[in-house]
Amino acid sequence: MERVMMKGNEALAEGAIRAGCRFFFGYPITPQNEIPEYMARRMPEVNGVFIQAESEVSAINMVYGAGGAGGRALTSSSSPGISLKQEGISYLAGAQVPCVIVNVARGGPGLGGLTPSQSDYFQATKGGGHGDYHLIVYAPGTGQEMVDLIGLAFDKAEEYRNPVMILTDAIMGQMMEPVILPPIREVTTEKPWATTGKKGRAKPNLINSLGIIGEDLARINIELQEKYRKIETNEIRYEADGTGDADLIVVAYGTTSRVARSAINMLRAEGKKVGLLRPITLWPFPKQILADLAAQGKRFLVVEMSVGQLVEDVILAVNDRAKVDFFGKLNGTVPTVREVYNTINALLQKGGA
Amino acid sequence: MQKVFGYPRSLTPKRTHYCPGCTHGIIHRLIAEAIDDLGIQEQTVGIAPVGCAVLAYEYFDVDFQEAAHGRAPAVATGIKRVHPEAIVFSYQGDGDLASIGTAEIIHAAARGENITVIFINNTVYGMTGGQMAPTTLPGQKTTTSPYGRDITKVGYPIRVCEMLATLDGPAYIERVSVHDPKHIIKAGRAIRKAFEMQIAGKGFSLVEVLSTCPTNWGLTPVKALERLKEEMIPYYPLGVFRSTEEVAKE
Ligand SMILES: Cc1ncc(C[n+]2csc(CCOP(=O)(O)OP(=O)(O)O)c2C)c(N)n1
Ligand code: SF4
Ligand SMILES: [Mg+2]
Repeated sequence: MERVMMKGNEALAEGAIRAGCRFFFGYPITPQNEIPEYMARRMPEVNGVFIQAESEVSAINMVYGAGGAGGRALTSSSSPGISLKQEGISYLAGAQVPCVIVNVARGGPGLGGLTPSQSDYFQATKGGGHGDYHLIVYAPGTGQEMVDLIGLAFDKAEEYRNPVMILTDAIMGQMMEPVILPPIREVTTEKPWATTGKKGRAKPNLINSLGIIGEDLARINIELQEKYRKIETNEIRYEADGTGDADLIVVAYGTTSRVARSAINMLRAEGKKVGLLRPITLWPFPKQILADLAAQGKRFLVVEMSVGQLVEDVILAVNDRAKVDFFGKLNGTVPTVREVYNTINALLQKGGA
Repeated sequence: MQKVFGYPRSLTPKRTHYCPGCTHGIIHRLIAEAIDDLGIQEQTVGIAPVGCAVLAYEYFDVDFQEAAHGRAPAVATGIKRVHPEAIVFSYQGDGDLASIGTAEIIHAAARGENITVIFINNTVYGMTGGQMAPTTLPGQKTTTSPYGRDITKVGYPIRVCEMLATLDGPAYIERVSVHDPKHIIKAGRAIRKAFEMQIAGKGFSLVEVLSTCPTNWGLTPVKALERLKEEMIPYYPLGVFRSTEEVAKE
């Protein structure tokens, strides 16, 4: 274990290397350039492969080839580039190819701006590309989680044969924090399905999402849905901080969870009963804990750097059992601790559910 | 007694879905024969395109990945970088490679990616019902050029071999035809040579095969072969456009 100061983007990159990722395919876009730049330097040191692809479209299809061939493959980008990758992500999901995709999100729509944003939540959690599919989506809240969750992401991608996304943003990617790096791991996952060349196997392996013959497509979709139910049962992660005695619970992930935590700490110091529920997996979404808290009579405030995306999942989970308020910021602005503090205070004074 | 002719080991016994007289099937066989001859069946990985050959993985007895439309060279790159010892080939139509997939093919060629591309030029989008392709000849009628391809409005066909031969990356580029037995034998040699280049680690190789689509050309299989010879070859001349060195002379 070593403790070092690192930018979030670099922590993701080194975390991937430590987790045994040896294939990186990317394309430059701010605010994630530190990732490909780090990989260009680092991959040759560990006998890995770095390719600057001709586009995000090509990068994600290189990931499809490499992941399908059994490699631990990673691509990273930011919002406009992630939009371009959606076709490939749909194919990865359909063909059940494990891989990790990082989105260091920036404001949109369109070319948008370089400011941090959480407005790619729908795209990340509700499909994004065509068809009924899901990615596992992790939202790190600290530099340390950048390292830990990207390692977990590779393991889960292979365990479920499913693409995994790390959804973070410009602030998290650029901020420097101390992180503890685990030693480099040897990956020993068996991948009997990978396209390695037949090598004596009786039957060839096939990486494919085409279901045009007979009942193939129905079979593929049944299999995918069964897998997603298993992921929902086993893989939900969240942090509940002071939710037990809280009257009001703030729901936020990534950057806004940090802002919210500072506001909550100030309020708690004043004796106010406020807690934080931070989803770590955005999909599968921690529905049950929210439903349980709602049943206990809590009320909720969702804080987002968007005009309201996560809030829809919270409302669905709470299902009319509790009041859900929303504080969002338009792309191009970041919520301040004071703003969140004032918003919570105003809600507490209004009282009632 | 010595066996001189047989069913290629690298083909499955399945019946193909190709139309009667379509030359996709002949080209599959040539690829399988090359794989057999070179003894690389156990280490070969193919990439199927989106196009009439989308089910190619049903017909080759080798590992396969099915790619999104036009992306096969990027997929091939990913596979080859994970398994440099594998022999990786993509099989792509002219809509797939010369239209939607132009970025992928140009950059795989420019990188000198050590893969083999078999490029099937039949001057139409076969699978979707015979629309105009980037390779459709001037004046040729298709469902989306019903008055004949008007070069003043939609421009000229793309000659892929000539274009890629301007790059320094490719090791081997040849255009061949399958309109008669003599040319089929030559096409087989070109495909074999392209694989040999990859085995020798020379880098990117591509064989463009002029192919027929009797169904969408509205011609009988025999007339389609005649059209290939008389109309396509003058526009798409056969020959080697780039070869960094001679390998394994027969
Ligand atoms: C992104 C995308 N766009 C369009 C299609 C529809 N499509 C399927 S096959 C094809 C054309 C294939 O033509 P070509 O590559 O020339 O192959 P051929 O069928 O002639 O062998 C198209 C446009 C698709 N599957 N995916
Ligand atoms: S549509 Fe054309 S290219 Fe496709 S199988 Fe039929 S003849 Fe061949
Ligand atoms: Mg075609």
